[in-house]
Amino acid sequence: MKKEINFVGNAKKYLCVTLAVLVFGIVCNIIFGTQLDISFKGGTLLKYTYVGDLDEQSVSDFIGQQLGMEVEVQLSSNDLTKDTNLLTVTATEDISLEQSTALDEALTAQYPDQQLVLSNSNSLNPSMGRLFFIKCLVAILLASIFLVIYVALRFRKIGGWTAGVMAVLALLNDVLVAYFAFVVFQIPLNDNFVAVVLSILGYSLNDTIVIYDRIRENRRIMDSKCSIAEVVNRSINQSFTRTLNTSICTFIAIATVAVVGLIFNLDSIISFAVPMMFGVISGFYTSVFLCSPLWARWQQHILDKNQANKAQKKGSSPKKQKA
Amino acid sequence: MKRTAKPVFFIVALLILALGYTSIFGIYSNYGDRRDTWIRGASDIRFGIDIRGGIDVTFGPEDESLEVTDDQMQQVQDVISQRLVSNNITDNEIYTDTANKQIIVRFPWKTDEQDFDPEQAIAELGQTAVLEFRKGTETETVTEEQLNEETGEMEEVEVVRPVGELVLTGDDVESAAAMYDTSSGTSNPEPVVELTLKASGTEKFSAATEELLSTNGIISIWLDNEQISAPQVNAHITDGKAIISGGFTSFSEATSLANLINSGALPFSIEVKSFNTLEPSMGERALDLMVMAGIIAFVLVSVFMLVYYRLPGFVAVISLVGQVAGSIAAVSGYFGFIPSFTLTLPGIAGIILSIGMGVDANIITAERIKEQIRLGKTIDGAIMAGSKESFWAIFDGNITVLIVAVVLMGVFGPPSGFWATILKPFLFYFPAATTGSVYSFGYTLFAGIIFNFIMGVTASRLMLKSISRFKFLRKPWLLGGKRA
Repeated sequence: MKKEINFVGNAKKYLCVTLAVLVFGIVCNIIFGTQLDISFKGGTLLKYTYVGDLDEQSVSDFIGQQLGMEVEVQLSSNDLTKDTNLLTVTATEDISLEQSTALDEALTAQYPDQQLVLSNSNSLNPSMGRLFFIKCLVAILLASIFLVIYVALRFRKIGGWTAGVMAVLALLNDVLVAYFAFVVFQIPLNDNFVAVVLSILGYSLNDTIVIYDRIRENRRIMDSKCSIAEVVNRSINQSFTRTLNTSICTFIAIATVAVVGLIFNLDSIISFAVPMMFGVISGFYTSVFLCSPLWARWQQHILDKNQANKAQKKGSSPKKQKA
Repeated sequence: MKRTAKPVFFIVALLILALGYTSIFGIYSNYGDRRDTWIRGASDIRFGIDIRGGIDVTFGPEDESLEVTDDQMQQVQDVISQRLVSNNITDNEIYTDTANKQIIVRFPWKTDEQDFDPEQAIAELGQTAVLEFRKGTETETVTEEQLNEETGEMEEVEVVRPVGELVLTGDDVESAAAMYDTSSGTSNPEPVVELTLKASGTEKFSAATEELLSTNGIISIWLDNEQISAPQVNAHITDGKAIISGGFTSFSEATSLANLINSGALPFSIEVKSFNTLEPSMGERALDLMVMAGIIAFVLVSVFMLVYYRLPGFVAVISLVGQVAGSIAAVSGYFGFIPSFTLTLPGIAGIILSIGMGVDANIITAERIKEQIRLGKTIDGAIMAGSKESFWAIFDGNITVLIVAVVLMGVFGPPSGFWATILKPFLFYFPAATTGSVYSFGYTLFAGIIFNFIMGVTASRLMLKSISRFKFLRKPWLLGGKRA
């Protein structure tokens, strides 16, 4: 028999690792701030392909003057089709269709040699973006509530609500890690953020449930003299290989997508796959090292307290411990 | 318990491979020039505008404070649909978000058009056309304050407006159609426009025509304060069916007036609230790359499963083929009862992600079997016990991801869709999603779980129970035991 890892006993160490990651994330957040994508904050994003050279400053001035607003302009090489360059224009205000058409014509007239072609235009009213952002946050909250209710219902027998609460805290940690991945890599939060966060919630909870399931089963079959810590340790050890291997497979799949996205600079893929990679690692970590070990300690604490209360009432000292 | 027969493995595996082959290549037949699609393959998948390029635009009432009924929103949607069709854009998605007075239109770049002008297309769709029927043709010229788009200042502009008494608005018109009037009996039938009014318009029109008939007055038709027709009243029209005749030199002239009236039947002015246009070349490249990423991910995961889990790993790879094929089939419209679904880049990412997550069911089962083998159970006993014990863990785990997929589809899907309706009690206050690509992710995640359940649980078990009956495969180490 392999040596069992004492997950419950080391719970405090694992918690420290998590706290360190969270502190790192918060520090990064303070330094880098949070960027919101146009679908959340509204405004304008225009992308043109062009050939040859452009002067960033003069293009910026020209476009700003045409639109009558402050714009930011970025010139970059186009990683998808190597023969053209990319001109990206962003503004915090939205523009009308007429303005966009007028700008096209003006740019073509001003820079005829560069053969500017509009490849992506996006304009959204800031108030609409904000409302959509709030909707997404509400959706995350809503999904979390549904998930917790499900866990609490399914695991009533092993102390449903404490298991539910622990699962929530673990989920919160996963959401934060996914969020910090966006912050650290300075990816603007977009609709992919919601997709990532919710997938991680489902995925992490899946791992937690498999372990809870094992705890429920082991409680039935293991000697009733075994302490909660022993039951939980055995359960985590038994499901460890499974959790690890599933995480490896999921990680392989999403990392492949992330690598392809990074090589070819596909924004919509990077903003999905890179945070998801970290979410998968976090989901594995929280369900194996945090959720169940901390839950075991909590259950033990409740039991000890009950025992002490009973003992006080009866006037005798607590000798036996029932699990 | 009945033992699973040996051929079961081959039957299940062949069925899965057949599903895999047909879901990708489809089944078509060619008779001369005619090509019939029997089963839709991957080439029939509708890709989203982030891959194919296209337009995503949101319309709303110009006057935000306007009270708008659901019927009126529906009417606007109908008009836009009609304009799309008359512009030959049949492949479109159009949703109405009545709660937030929005209409969302998405359509792909037309493949046959090299220099498609997206801005022009949007402008045509949202053409603010308010239709009015007025008595007489008099106009007045007034000075109005208007915002100058270039300078951003208010300036005075002269506007010509009709002043005749309002008879009908676009709201009252049911439809208009061009046709030949044969009632005169001449050999040269005259092109006319037949106007059908709604109940709301019939009475008003009756009163107006009765009054104007005596003086041979005119009822002028205005589209955005521009006179498009000014027919004389020749009859008292009580049944809500009027004929505009005379003045048409050709049938197409009549058709264009009918179209103007039809498309102008907007109950209120709309404007573009937001738009997103994407040119196709980049998206197509991204699609190729994602397919490549999917294949690499599939190979890597398969190798891992084979090396680590041996026999159950082999079974897992076959069932994974089934799962991916099922996901592709669920978007392409392979099964007659599931309509095709727009696939976006996040949608493809969802399929790839479910390759990784999908083997979970096989891993849980294989781990349980391994435990049983190491406890000294027989091969059949271990497979039986392992399958039985792992079921609820797999089930519970899948439900959580299912919940997530449902929330994603509800939040990002069309506001009147099934999933959005379920979540309406919680999210009614919020507008429809400003982007549509994540909806596809929710869907592929959902499909991935369903097929994971079919393949990773049912099919895998049948295959494993049957394949383990072959003598040369009845070795504990193939199921994770120690090598003898």
